[in-house]
Amino acid sequence: METVQGNFTTSNTTARHTIFNTPSPHFKTAVFEGPLDLLLHLIRINQVDIYDIPIAQITEQYLQYVAVLEEIDLASVGEYVLMAATLIEIKSRMLLPRPPQEAGEEDEGEDPRAELVARLLEYQQYQGVVEAFRTWEEMRKKLFFRTAMEHTDDYILPVPEGEAHVSQLYSALMRLLSEAGLEEQPITAVTPRRRLSLRLKMAEILRHLQRAGEEGLSFEALFDLPCPRYDIVLAFLSLLELLRQGRILAFQENPKAPIRLIIIALEEPNEYE
Amino acid sequence: MSMSDTLSLPVANIEAAIECLLFVAGEPVPISELARALEMEEIPVESALRSFQVTLTERGSGLNLIRIAGGWQLATRPAFSEVVARLLTRTSTKLTRASMETLAIIAYRQPITAPEIEAVRGVSVAGVLKTLLERRLIREAGRKQALGRPMLYETTPDFLHYFAISDLSQLPAIDLDTAPPVSAEAIMHGNPSLSTPISDEAENSDQTEDTLEEN
Repeated sequence: METVQGNFTTSNTTARHTIFNTPSPHFKTAVFEGPLDLLLHLIRINQVDIYDIPIAQITEQYLQYVAVLEEIDLASVGEYVLMAATLIEIKSRMLLPRPPQEAGEEDEGEDPRAELVARLLEYQQYQGVVEAFRTWEEMRKKLFFRTAMEHTDDYILPVPEGEAHVSQLYSALMRLLSEAGLEEQPITAVTPRRRLSLRLKMAEILRHLQRAGEEGLSFEALFDLPCPRYDIVLAFLSLLELLRQGRILAFQENPKAPIRLIIIALEEPNEYE
Repeated sequence: MSMSDTLSLPVANIEAAIECLLFVAGEPVPISELARALEMEEIPVESALRSFQVTLTERGSGLNLIRIAGGWQLATRPAFSEVVARLLTRTSTKLTRASMETLAIIAYRQPITAPEIEAVRGVSVAGVLKTLLERRLIREAGRKQALGRPMLYETTPDFLHYFAISDLSQLPAIDLDTAPPVSAEAIMHGNPSLSTPISDEAENSDQTEDTLEEN
């Protein structure tokens, strides 16, 4: 223990002082991203082979860190305790004498550390990626781009990835309303109260789209023109709600193309029925 | 205008036209969009982009043409970053290490669920995912056809832009085969089947692969 570079000592209180109050080169700023990060750190400072981890030694150091963590950050200690349990289990498995080879479903020759090693190796690879990301982030911060100015109403940039923008849905609605000749209607016009609710309309649209399958329907197909403004608004609201819930997708090949709608999960039961 | 008309334009004019397009766009423009606007085929547009790149360097322009986030965009030359930074107010903050790790895992294993990420990192990722979603570096990508239908996450074009790369193929190569994905279930139940040979996890990884292929 005493030869370990990390300055771990056996007493918890001393460990805390060692780790956080003295200028120990390893732990002064050591904030770990989780149990795997801590384990990799211990493997590194002890200079042991990741494929042949001295479980007893590493577990002991690991538990000391957890004890310290318990005192300073109880909230995040849980994640570390789970790994501690795993380590202790591995340790006890390794202490057990190997039972004689019997043909069973479990391969007795398997190293109890194998799964942990696999996890550590995978995690270590992502840590390597993070280094690359850091470099890229640094380089990227040296680049500046022009932000798009407000475009005139006549032009908008194509919406990325074929998805229709809210403003395009809005202009489609306006086009429909004007086609239905409803724009000039006086606001005093009496509309008979309709029974159809948003919920029912959503179910109806989903049904239509389900039938249409992957082909989908055009935005216009959802409106049964000519019809009262109420129906158009209701259908449009249903459309927005379905989009918000992520049950349907609106897309457009290019800014001039008709907006098409498709249902997202075909196998999903229509819960509005 | 027919294609041959446009193609007969002097190369310099095509480059100038591209400069205009990239100037007004203010975001990465895919070649397909440039080709549509120029009424040209994509291949000549691409070579025009390359020669415009050279032109900018040769004329000592402060701007640089780069491939980023699936498109082409004009950026300031890194050499002038300090000058530009003095003019602008800095608002961006660096990503935390937790965010970076989570992003890395999502980038390689997308679409991926929160429990699957947690299985790799060994810690909860709910808060980190929220931050990454807010910064639009990741987005929801439907739900996994598995118990509880957990939400799947994938990286966005903003992710590519954040690291100034043009597509996911530029990510450094890693060998996930040496480290097969750990089953999320094992972590969730807090009892990894330690004696289970790694190859026995085929069922779990199959599921993940299926989702990957669908994407």
